[in-house]
Amino acid sequence: MALSPLNQRRWNNFRRNRRALWSLRIFLVLFGLSLFAEFIANDKPILVQYRGEYFTPIFSFYPETAFGGDFQTEAAYRDPEVQCLIQSGGIEDCFDDPEGILEQIGTGSYQADGFQKGWSIWPPIPYSYRSTVDRPGAAPLPPNRQNLLGTDDTKRDVLARVIYGFRLSILFTLIVTTLASVVGIIAGAVQGYFGGWIDLVFQRIIEIWGATPSLYVIIILFAILGRSFWLLVFILVLFSWTALVGVVRAEFLRARNLEYVRAAKALGVGNLTIMFRHMLPNAMVATITMLPFIVTGTISTLAGLDFLGFGLPSSSPSLGELTLQAKQNLKAPWLAFTAFTVFAVMLSLLVFIFEGVRDAFDPRKTFE
Amino acid sequence: MTLPPQAPNAPPVQPIFELIEVEQVFEVPKPGRPLFSRDTVGLRALDGVRLSIRKGTSLAIVGESGSGKSTLLRVLLGLDKPSGGRALYRGKPIGEARAQGTDFARDVAMVYQDARGSLDPRMTIGAILAEPLRHFNIVPPEGEAQRIAHLLDRVGLPVDAAERFPSGLSGGQVRRVAIARALASEPSVLVADEAVSGLDVSTQAQLLTLLQSLQRDMGLTLAFITHDLGVASYLCEEIAIMYLGRIVETGPTDAVLNAPAHPYSAALRAAAPQFFEPLSEPLPGEIPSPLDLPKGCRFSTRCPVAQSDCQSKDPQLGKLGSGRAVACIHPITQA
Repeated sequence: MALSPLNQRRWNNFRRNRRALWSLRIFLVLFGLSLFAEFIANDKPILVQYRGEYFTPIFSFYPETAFGGDFQTEAAYRDPEVQCLIQSGGIEDCFDDPEGILEQIGTGSYQADGFQKGWSIWPPIPYSYRSTVDRPGAAPLPPNRQNLLGTDDTKRDVLARVIYGFRLSILFTLIVTTLASVVGIIAGAVQGYFGGWIDLVFQRIIEIWGATPSLYVIIILFAILGRSFWLLVFILVLFSWTALVGVVRAEFLRARNLEYVRAAKALGVGNLTIMFRHMLPNAMVATITMLPFIVTGTISTLAGLDFLGFGLPSSSPSLGELTLQAKQNLKAPWLAFTAFTVFAVMLSLLVFIFEGVRDAFDPRKTFE
Repeated sequence: MTLPPQAPNAPPVQPIFELIEVEQVFEVPKPGRPLFSRDTVGLRALDGVRLSIRKGTSLAIVGESGSGKSTLLRVLLGLDKPSGGRALYRGKPIGEARAQGTDFARDVAMVYQDARGSLDPRMTIGAILAEPLRHFNIVPPEGEAQRIAHLLDRVGLPVDAAERFPSGLSGGQVRRVAIARALASEPSVLVADEAVSGLDVSTQAQLLTLLQSLQRDMGLTLAFITHDLGVASYLCEEIAIMYLGRIVETGPTDAVLNAPAHPYSAALRAAAPQFFEPLSEPLPGEIPSPLDLPKGCRFSTRCPVAQSDCQSKDPQLGKLGSGRAVACIHPITQA
């Protein structure tokens, strides 16, 4: 896809803003990595070699019996018994003294009938967002070499939860922003294009809608329907689509009297075609200028809801919930520091990127 | 010798456009009305316009700004419904013709005054020209590129202009694109609103030559709105001179311009600069407000030869010899 000369100039403008460019790069790397969170922080190995066969536990379910254990349930890969079974090729003695055998395998001195050395490749962080850490002491546990950012108050690894939480925040925000933008743009376009009574009535409806206390609606709907990711997406879209309406409506009100729109009308081109072929592309700049506010607003809303305990289901990796734990465990400052740092970095990167985007779209800069 | 049989009352050839006593009154807020008052006052943008455009002719509509040229144009295109009188296209009311399918929009094409503004700044020239082609199903999709190239060639633009955006073209080129777009729907009527104004004279001359050759080759009917008598005399066989929402004089261009019968036409003629000639005294004052039309003849307030009865009687457009008509009580007669 070739960029039009105008977009080419905008891209060059954006690239000239080094802070925005580097923010975009860092953000893309972080987000890209977080998309592969399962391979970075997981309580299952990426690859297992057991008796000459290869297993990929992240993708498939393997019962413990597949590695010579007793249970039909999924193998608990972090148990010493299962690790011993994998590394020794299913030696019965593993049930008695797994640590001893593992140590001997490590030094290469283990000898037994049917011993076949196996191995497993682990993600750099051997915990998932919901797996509990096997460490003595009362949670929350401070950072050490095992848990670089400590654990939260249910002994879950904070670093793993932050990685998953970052991904969830961004994905959630992208979904909500996309849906809210689509709805808002369509509503604003219809209002601005047709104007008159449609505009007047819709504006009043939006005012009433905007005055609805969304928090109560969320609490009530969650109480009735139960908490879920998609329900929260739905509710937030329901209450955030109005943000873009004003901007798009204003652009369309302006554009509908422009000569090229009149020319298209005189040609008899349909309303929908005029709106989306001629007017929307020209209204995009104002829309894009508005998007950053929706994105950062959605991130904050999600965090706020989680902090209040009305957000995503409690097992979800959530930065808001981490903040709540930090508040409840003031003796564990690593929770607060982590939550603060992640939010600060995430929001700063986004704000810097969008600042660059906005400047790049600024017509006064575009034609320098 | 036998003459071809002819009905005794053969109807005259039906004109493409016929305006009969067309009025266009806009209700505007009354000047100086108190807050919250809903008083309006009628703005008579068109006031009894009579005009017919025959097939294959070219008509110039000339007048000062504010004389109602653009309103007339919107009525001709069926974009506004006149508030009084009848506006007919091939014998049918224009509004009806426009509502019935795409034939009207296809047959009557428009070149806008603000050519650059009439082209979507985010579409390439090719896409702009493709829009009417697609909208009216004029060529199959595979023939589109060829047709666009043909259109560009017809208006004297290079073929690679199709890849460019309007912002990358000069004023003259943009006008050519606007003309090409108008021609894309294969119209029989071309309505042009100040299509050559504001260009330097050499570009203007090129465009006039282009329009003339297009009209000749494609048998177009041309309605050309301008304020430049020179342009009108070059391009159009007929001329209609407007003043304050009414046509004050029509007729063949050379007859009207060489021997204007209405004092306003004479004044316009005299106001056009000539080489090395001093300009004659311009008309006094401004065009009166259409909110508050003068009593009697609307030109009487500025007319250099107004007489006492001019302020009491509103003259209608009346016949004056061969194909001419004038709305004046005391038309200028050439000695």
